[in-house]
Amino acid sequence: MDELTLDGNAVAGLLAEVFAAEMTTARGTCDHCGAVEAVGAVLVYRGAGFVLRCPHCESVVAKLVTDGSRAWIDLRGLRTLELPG
Amino acid sequence: MPPIVSRGFRGKRRDAPADRVPPGQYVTDDFPVLSAGPTPRTPLADWDFTIAGEVDELHRWTWEELRALPSESVTVDIHCVTKWSKLDTAWEGVSVDTLLDRIETSAEYATAFCDGGYTTNLPLDDLTGGKAWIAYRFGGEPLDPEHGGPARLLVPHLYFWKSAKWVRGLRLTATDEPGFWESNGYHIYGDPWKEQRYWGD
Amino acid sequence: MTALVGRLTWRVAEIAEVRTETPTVKTLALDVEDWPGHRAGQHVDIRLTAEDGYQAERSYSIASAPGGDRVELTVELIEDGEVSPYLTDEARPGDLMELRGPVGGYFVWDPDPGGPVLLVAGGSGVVPLMAMARQRAADGDPVPTRLLYSSRSLEDVIYRDELERLEGDGFDVLHTLTRSQPDGWTGYSRRVDPELLAEVAPPEFALAFVCGPTPFVEAVATALVALGHEPSRIRTERFGPTGG
Repeated sequence: MDELTLDGNAVAGLLAEVFAAEMTTARGTCDHCGAVEAVGAVLVYRGAGFVLRCPHCESVVAKLVTDGSRAWIDLRGLRTLELPG
Repeated sequence: MPPIVSRGFRGKRRDAPADRVPPGQYVTDDFPVLSAGPTPRTPLADWDFTIAGEVDELHRWTWEELRALPSESVTVDIHCVTKWSKLDTAWEGVSVDTLLDRIETSAEYATAFCDGGYTTNLPLDDLTGGKAWIAYRFGGEPLDPEHGGPARLLVPHLYFWKSAKWVRGLRLTATDEPGFWESNGYHIYGDPWKEQRYWGD
Repeated sequence: MTALVGRLTWRVAEIAEVRTETPTVKTLALDVEDWPGHRAGQHVDIRLTAEDGYQAERSYSIASAPGGDRVELTVELIEDGEVSPYLTDEARPGDLMELRGPVGGYFVWDPDPGGPVLLVAGGSGVVPLMAMARQRAADGDPVPTRLLYSSRSLEDVIYRDELERLEGDGFDVLHTLTRSQPDGWTGYSRRVDPELLAEVAPPEFALAFVCGPTPFVEAVATALVALGHEPSRIRTERFGPTGG
């Protein structure tokens, strides 16, 4: 973790637009280490796009790119996403 | 609905000659730090640079060996896909031409791979002919880890996500293999003057 | 309880009032079209557009308690920043910006925490925690709540007088001033370290919210876990290197 590291709260607005739902309370299972965390608790790095990393093993859980209307999401690092009721 | 203009907001941009600024870019004097992950901290004693893939044998340089190669000082403009451009940036490093000298390959593409797992792909043509360096000094100082030190790829004619930080080698490939961002929305080539930011641009 | 999502696109906000909190911190009270209301701890994304189309976006935690007409954001001036100098030095009533939100469901006040609540603030990280304290007060909520608030100096303490007024009825505030303290200061005077947390943050707290610069949040969360706090009962919000 660097001092620039953010967390899932920082992409809450973007995720809400993309998924049409509040996503910080969704719980993701890291496909690499199996840890389960709320999206609000994942580490977020800002590069050309956003990179979401597991706070336990730092593997990439998701990548998110948007041009303001289109969005591209890579969820390969996520085994399961649980959306609360 | 057109965006609402916020009276008096300007940001930290500065003016620059139009022929230096690709479409959609804004010039800054800052050097924003953007990263796909935590800053790697590979000790120089463990660091190497390799050229692998479509080659007869692996080519490898230790840090000392890389630093012993002839280096060049270049001043270039850099353009980030997130819309900031920085003009007249001063770098020092080894030309990729120097590293590829006497390496025979039929490959037409390369993938740069890095500490931390980042990758980016380019045609070999864009890494040669004086267009790319393995850069280890910036602004007269050793390259800061947060900006990619000890060494990063420098390919200023393409969007700066192609100038991979913490580069550890090139894998020469027969086909163009989309890297970390190219596989998720960013343009496979990335020419800022044609505004090739995203898929389909 | 379903989170409030509301319209997921940008809406127009007009600055109604600008108030000075400290020499480097201002609160902007905004009138927001079709504001759906919010929960304490949520934030908004702000977008500023310049005359030539240049845009910048930032996120700011909502400072006001739910239920008001206006949305209040408290903004700290970051030296050499791009947006905060505009918001704290230039922006005035009548100015417009775009706003997306409110968003956040993870870092929000829980009306049923199941025990005492700990709030740990580093610098401007106090903003969402202040919204929580204000909501608690407005609701007359008796849940024991402690705010541990780290600031550089007394003049940097945001909401100082209001926090003093809110103390009591189960709410207590502990200040630590890390860089300079006034004569006769009886509060803490060092960084929020494991020893300080051992004194004031025992694992008997049922829920903890930690907000501020990333290094602060990391250090505090790590220390709380080491003290025996349940990791899943520690909610964190990182503001990046400078705290907002």
